[in-house]
Formats: sequence, C-alpha cells, structure tokens
Amino acid sequence: MAEQRPPKIIVTKIGFDGHDRGSRVVAAYLRDAGMEVVYTPPWQEIAAVVKLATEEDADVIGVSSLATDHLLVPKLMAALRAAALDDVQVIVGGIVPPKDERVLIEAGVAQVFHPGASLEAIADSVRALSATRRAQLEGSI
Amino acid sequence: MNKPIGKPVARTEFTQGERRWQADFDASPGAAGRVANRSGIEIKPLYTPQDWSGERYLEALGFPGEYPNTRGIYPSMHRGRSWTQRQLIGLGVPEDYNARLKELLAHGATAVSLIPCNSVFRGYDADEVPEELLGTCGTVVNTVDDMERALADIPLDKISCALNDPSPFTLLALVLAVAKRRGIAWTKITGTSNQSDCISHYVANHMFFRLALQGARRVLTDHIAFCNAQVPGWNPLSVVGQHMQQAGATPAEAMAFTLASAIQYAEDCQARGMDPDVFLPRVTFFFDISVSFFEEVAKFRAARRLWARIARERFGARDPKAWRFKFHAQSSGVDLTRQQPLNNIARVAVQAMAGIFGGLQSLHTDSYDEVVSVPTAEAARIAVATQNILREEAHLTDVIDPLGGSYYVETLTDQMQEKIEAIIARIDAAGGMYAAVGQGLVQRMIGDSAFAFQQRVERGEDTVVGVNAYQTEEDPNAYTVLEYPARERIAAQLIRLRAYKAQRSNGAATKALDALARAAQGTENVMARIVDATEAGATHGEICACLRRELGFGQPLAVV
Repeated sequence: MAEQRPPKIIVTKIGFDGHDRGSRVVAAYLRDAGMEVVYTPPWQEIAAVVKLATEEDADVIGVSSLATDHLLVPKLMAALRAAALDDVQVIVGGIVPPKDERVLIEAGVAQVFHPGASLEAIADSVRALSATRRAQLEGSI
Repeated sequence: MNKPIGKPVARTEFTQGERRWQADFDASPGAAGRVANRSGIEIKPLYTPQDWSGERYLEALGFPGEYPNTRGIYPSMHRGRSWTQRQLIGLGVPEDYNARLKELLAHGATAVSLIPCNSVFRGYDADEVPEELLGTCGTVVNTVDDMERALADIPLDKISCALNDPSPFTLLALVLAVAKRRGIAWTKITGTSNQSDCISHYVANHMFFRLALQGARRVLTDHIAFCNAQVPGWNPLSVVGQHMQQAGATPAEAMAFTLASAIQYAEDCQARGMDPDVFLPRVTFFFDISVSFFEEVAKFRAARRLWARIARERFGARDPKAWRFKFHAQSSGVDLTRQQPLNNIARVAVQAMAGIFGGLQSLHTDSYDEVVSVPTAEAARIAVATQNILREEAHLTDVIDPLGGSYYVETLTDQMQEKIEAIIARIDAAGGMYAAVGQGLVQRMIGDSAFAFQQRVERGEDTVVGVNAYQTEEDPNAYTVLEYPARERIAAQLIRLRAYKAQRSNGAATKALDALARAAQGTENVMARIVDATEAGATHGEICACLRRELGFGQPLAVV
C-alpha cells in the first residue's frame, strides 16, 4: 500500500489583524510534527484562501484570529461551500468569545481553539479532521 | 564601598559564612534545580557583595536624573510626579469612544489614547472594508468631523494625547486639523505618535504596517522633522519593543531590537541634517512588561543606562534631555490566561509593579478580560484602580528606584545589559535593523524564542496557573464579554461618511491629494501635505491610498 500522504493544512489569517505569534508557532509545530503546512502572511482575502485550498488540495484550513477577524469566518465557510469545497475542514484559533464560538460552529467550523490550547491537541485535531475529510472524499467517489 | 568585607578578617568571615550557607543550601531538598529567566540568564539562589560590590557607583548608577540615568531619568521620579495613567481605548463609533474616554478620565486616567478600528490601521475608510469588522476592535475615525466628535469636550491644549497612528500619521493630521478649527495653537498640542516605529510593524504585529518599509521609513523621517518644527510638544517617534516581545522575543531580545531600531531612526534624522539635541529629546519608547518581575525591572534599568550612552557617545548629543530614556509600558497580554481569567488581575498587578520599579513614565494596565474579548467597562475600571492601589495604597513610589542596590537586581541589570549589547552587536554586524529585518534574521530569532517558550509551557517547565497547573473546571459562559457596536450605529457611521464626501469640495480634496502625491514623488516633506489634505476634506483612506500608490503597499516577510 502506498504510504499515506501527511495531513495538509493552510495556516492563515483573514481580515485586518496582524498578530501572528500564534499562527507562526502552530505552523512550525505542525510542520515539525510531519504535516504539510502552507503558511500565509496575515490579511488574506477570503477568495484567495479558497483558491489556495483548491490549488493545494488542503485537508484543513486553520484561521488564526486575535482581534475579531473570526467574524469573517462564516463568509469563508459560505465561500468554501460555493466552491464545492465542503469537505475541507476549518478550525479557528485565538480570541473567540463563547457566543461567537457557537456562531462559528453553526457555520460549519469543526473546532475552535482558545488561548492555552496545547499544540499537541491542535495537531491531534488536524490529523483527525484530515482523516475525516479523506474518508468523506473516498466515500463520495 | 563594602568596607566590612574589604578587611582581611571580615573577608575570612565572609568566606566562611558563604561556605556554611552553601553546604546548608546544597543539603536542602529541591534546591539543586537550575533556574533561568526568559532571556536565558541563569539565576543563582543567592546574590551577595561578591556579585555586586557597589564599586563604581557613580559611573554605573549615578543619581536619578544624572548620567547614565540608571536610577531614573528625572531627579524626583515618581516621588515627584506620578507616571501617566494612559489606558488604551478605542471602540465603536466616535461617540462611543468619547463616552468611554470621559468615563476613564473621571476614574483617574490622566491622558487620552486612541486606538482606531483595525480597518483604519490597515489604511482604509469604513466604506472600503467588510462591515462585520467595523468598530469591533477600535474606533472608526476617517474624517476631521469624526475626530471632532471623538474628542468632543476634551481640552486638547491641556491633556496629552497618544495616538495609535502608524505612517502616514493621518490621525495626528486630523487632530491638528481639529485644533485649528478650535483655535488651539499647534505649539500647545502634546502627546505621542504611538506606532510610528515601522520596523516593529514589519517584524511583528503587522496590522500597523500600511506602506512598504522604505516608504514608511521616509514618511517617518518627514514626520519627525515636521513635528520638531511645527508641533514641538509632540513626540513623533515612539520606538516599540512591545510588538516584538508579544510576538515571542525574550525581554533582552525585544529591548535590543528596539534600541537597534532607534539607532537607525536617529541615523536617518542625522543624515537629514537634524540635530540630535533637537530630535532625541522627543524620542520615546514603548515596551511590554511580562510577569517575569525582576527580569523586567533589570531590562528597563539596563536600557536606561544603555540609551544614555548611545545618545551621548554614538550620536554626540550634549543636552541631558537627549539622553533620557522615556518610556510607556503596557502589561503583557500574552501572559494573561483565558483559564480562570480573574487571576489576570493579579498578573497585571505584578507586571505593573515591575514597570513602576523599572522607572516608567506612562503605564497601561491590561483588563483581565482581554483574553476573552475587547475589554468591558468594569474590567477597564479595575485596570485603572490597580494603578491607583499600587501608587496610593501600597506606596510603591515613596522611594526612587527602590530595588537599586540589591545585589541581585544590580547583577541582573549588568547581565541584561550584556545580553542586550551582544544582540545589538549582531544587528550592527548584519548592517543595522533595516538590513537585519530584510534578511528575516530578527523574525527568525523571535519565532524561535516564541516556539521555545511554548514548548517550555507544554512540557510544564514554565508554570502557567490554570493552564498547565492548578487547573479547574470552568464555565466558559461565566464571564461577560463586550457587545460589539450595534449594527445601526455602524450603518449610521457609513451614511455619515458618504454625506461627508458628498458635502465637501471634491476639487479641493483632489487638489490636496495631488499635491501630496507630488511631494511623495519628490523630496518635499509629505507630512505638511497630509495635514493640508485633511483640512481640504480628504479622508484617512484617501490619503493612505495616495501614498500606497506612490510609496508601495506594506507586506511583511512571511517567515515560519
């Protein structure tokens, strides 16, 4: 059997915030953990993230938000659906008030990580979500 | 100094005593572990006159207000005058900001600060961006009318005003336009352009990075020259260590990068023919205060001494005012935890104490709920009260530099200085900060330190209460979070912006923007043209767009 391709994740920031400590640390950790990481600078347009997800065939998109940019994530989810990328799993990390977390989950976000979340927990989640996505894709063929 | 141990008999007694203690210490359970601070300096269990003898007191420390200013930049320090209590605020529309501002002033804050909306930071007007993000993280201010409303009833000639206002400094231009409307002379306007340090935005917290690095660099030098001449009470340059420390730089790294940046800015001013005795007294600094208490105190004391030397020896400044290391500091948000968030009140108090003992001039204490949402009014009130308690109940300010002379603090101050100087030497060797950040050197050092710190926390080597120790089950809904501004208010703000643009003379605004573009293409000072443009009715977003076209759009280097 061919060796399983490692999970592939886009680590990005949408909106205006520029605090990138979290996204850099998480990206470095996931890369060191053997995953394929596509890292973008902050301020990505939603359309650009969707395009990147298509081109890269990413399993997971990780959005880091420290200053209310998570409010744009429902738009990202809609754009992914419109591009027929429902299978791509989205996780959000950063400062997300509980009420907003519920909105994000309802919009289809798989998981929200808050300050203090461990890197290993994030890595485990990305592995599991990546497996979920690949199982979905295989099931749909 | 140290006469007692200088005598032969006393020295023998000292050595015997030290040996006795060492043996007892070694026999104590748990005493063997190595301890190092965040900057990587190994910390001993005990410091004595063997570590710091107090010799060369005048050369190393001196008296407060005297070179090299180690003990403080003013003779009376906080005993004479309190630090400025400057809480960062910004929310919603200009009226929301104005109401919160008046509330904070009533509770003891003594200066104004303005955090604009993230859309403003990135250089856009409200009508250019997704509506969801307007006013959620700062105040929407685009026009002179907006600034007029934001500062309604605030006496601009009497209160110092700190603007989070990166290059091209549109907020200052709007404040100057408001002052002119109110008939207040610009010579009476005091305050600081926070976020003028473009290098720090290129390296970390990129949200303030609007123009390409070299374009921002040119506008900054113009801005310093303009303010020195036209708004002499204004501090046009605040060099920021905070972003880099928040991004993960160790306290020593953050301080070294900041001083290395300040060196570049001063070199640029000198290259323009400006006099260090004129521009250096108006240079200020802005730092993060982590919860690593003694390390932070030592960081500030070391930097004060280093900067005095840099100003005097490297730049040849003769005026003692030019040697003063004036700084604002903010308690570190990165140290705050979402777990058991009320614990953050204790963390902020410790951070604030470190800053006070470090000799700061201005302080922002974080609200405990910053890790949950944009601060609520109640949490912001507690943050201000924390400062009042430390000053007026705990009497931290009765004695100037009260930790000075501690064997430990003085040793650590020397060690932090060595560490900072070594990093500055590395930056100098790379060709200065602009070259070092262009190569990604600084970004990689910060990324490595951030990663190492996180790993220490994950391995449990560094304790974070509530996160990797003393955890409890918590209800995430137990804390009130700030409501975002009502959508109707944002919608009304957008209508106002449209009306503003419709009512102004488009011809005058266009003409002023053309003049700005020409200034940017040539060598004329652009800052004067930016102020002209705001007075002619041009908006913040239009000015930024003009300079983005002429000087390039800000994109940071992506380094992982």
